[in-house]
Amino acid sequence: MTNTTPLLSVRDLHVSFNTADGVVKAVDGVSFDVVNGQTMGIVGESGSGKSVMVSAIMRLNFGTDVIVSGQILLNGIDLLALPESEMRQVRGSEIAMIFQDPLSALNPFYTVGYQIAEAYLVHHPKTPKAQVEAIVLNALDKVGIPDARKRMKSYPHEFSGGMRQRIVIAMALINKPKLLIADEPTTALDVTVQAQILELIDALREENNSAVMLITHDLGVVAETIQQVMVMYAGRTAEYATVQDLFDTPSHPYTQGLLRAVRSFDQSTRGSLVSISGTPPSLINLPEGCAFRPRCSQEMGPQSACATQRPNLRTIGANQSACHLSADEVSRVQREAFSK
Amino acid sequence: MLIFIARRLLFALALLFAVSAFTYVIFAALPSDPAALTCGKNCRPEVIALNRERLGYDKPIVVQYGQYLKGIVQGRTYGASEGVHCPAPSLGYSFRKHQCVTDLITRSLPVTTSVALGAFVLWMLIGVGLGTMAALKRGRWPDRLATVFSVVGISLPTFFVGLLAIMIFVIWTGFLPFPRYEGITSNPAKWFMSLILPWFTLAVVSASSYVRLTRNGILEVMNEEFVRLGLAKGLRRKTLIVKYVMRAALLPIVTIAGLDFAALLGGAVITESVFNLPGMGKLSIMAVNDSDLPILVATTLVAAVFIVIANAFVDILYGFLDPRVRSY
Repeated sequence: MTNTTPLLSVRDLHVSFNTADGVVKAVDGVSFDVVNGQTMGIVGESGSGKSVMVSAIMRLNFGTDVIVSGQILLNGIDLLALPESEMRQVRGSEIAMIFQDPLSALNPFYTVGYQIAEAYLVHHPKTPKAQVEAIVLNALDKVGIPDARKRMKSYPHEFSGGMRQRIVIAMALINKPKLLIADEPTTALDVTVQAQILELIDALREENNSAVMLITHDLGVVAETIQQVMVMYAGRTAEYATVQDLFDTPSHPYTQGLLRAVRSFDQSTRGSLVSISGTPPSLINLPEGCAFRPRCSQEMGPQSACATQRPNLRTIGANQSACHLSADEVSRVQREAFSK
Repeated sequence: MLIFIARRLLFALALLFAVSAFTYVIFAALPSDPAALTCGKNCRPEVIALNRERLGYDKPIVVQYGQYLKGIVQGRTYGASEGVHCPAPSLGYSFRKHQCVTDLITRSLPVTTSVALGAFVLWMLIGVGLGTMAALKRGRWPDRLATVFSVVGISLPTFFVGLLAIMIFVIWTGFLPFPRYEGITSNPAKWFMSLILPWFTLAVVSASSYVRLTRNGILEVMNEEFVRLGLAKGLRRKTLIVKYVMRAALLPIVTIAGLDFAALLGGAVITESVFNLPGMGKLSIMAVNDSDLPILVATTLVAAVFIVIANAFVDILYGFLDPRVRSY
């Protein structure tokens, strides 16, 4: 990490929805940086607010009732303060996005060639047709679509899942964005294809010298290509660290639980799978104190700080962790969890 | 694509054949004597016997149906001596009206087509327009207005809307003359004037469900991932709504609209009665009242044919509109 000027800097981001049941605080005061040339990982269960957060960054809250506050600085410009017309120039050009399910992300009514060309033409209007076609072909070649000249005339449903995701990637990178947000890009794909797609994203990141924000619920995915990781729980940051520190010295009991679950799976010959008991809380009327307390491996009583005060991010060792446990307690828990 | 169209048309042809046979058999299976129905109460037995022979009701049903089909293709002479000839396509002869059924239908069909076409255009404009407006302004006053309109439209029976329209526009205010149908070729202005109220009546009643369909379709598609990706590409909201949202949301409406239109061509029975329009619906009603079997068979058949054709047309159109259907 020599060049640490952040490309994207998110400060105290709050995203909430008004629903019939009450206000859903999907993202509740999250801050992080994405450094140019790096891949930043965001990890959490379903419903932890990851996807809502990336939608907020690109302001994709189309036709829904969303309240967003905080700052989202891209090269120092606050995206939340931009008028819609200028925000549109950012979308697809400076920040692009890859979605979880490439079949539902591609428009079924247009050929893939048309859709990729469309992405280019939005930001480069009046480009001659032949030139656009060459650019689209080149993009398809780069992401490894064989026989691109013929295949660009095919419709999304005529491709396999892995190929579709490659097309979505080609579309996202057509304008050489500085930041690529990949929202669970491998979740809907076959295991055999997952690694290929991640490698492709990383190779293209290096080639374009851009940054990637990788959203995932799979810690195994994180280990491959990521430098910084943020673990989210119930719309808040649970832990924030480099990937090395996160794996070596996980400080938050939630991170420890996630890692134990992955490791027990890797070494499944040794016994049963380990899981974190319980389910994520409802984001309407979160309880006082730590949102993870009901599921925490450390049983903290109703009188403890965990029950009454919301934990803020603190430095524990090399990591930032939102946990009331002292550093000594954390290292004791780490030993207990991973000594076996 | 060509194979798809050819296959669909062949299927439609087979279906038409089946529908005609089924229609013919249903009416033949009625408990009453079809020959006795050809003339009034005090009919002499000789006339009944003569008509039975003329219409072929003395023969087995299969032969009757064969004759019927032959009549459609070649024309048919009813009765051996002093028989009446109806040229092809002959759909039967009404002894009640002493006319070839085909002539009756060719006279009624333009009326019904006029009613159906105008009403269809009007209700699609109102239905899709209002539905789109409601979806784009969800929860605000245009949405509420559309909801009120569709609830009222669905709740009110056609004859009530029709009579109300006559009351307001003809009797109270006198904006329009009482509708008396005039052919488009003989007097286009009068044709138009006489059809405004029927169009409007049918449109109000039918547009209601289209408002709901369009509104819900658009709102559903707006949540689709591909619309979000379109936005993430940097597309304008307007482009996105027209090219991405409307395109997908209106597809199911094509199906329903096609079938509704075809059903209307079979005769808008209530509307035609209220506004005294001599269309297919009116013809059917008269045939029912007179127990005029040849006309009933024919009007039923014509209505069924429209449905079959519309079905085939919608399917083929779908193939053009939705690339996913094409690959079959």
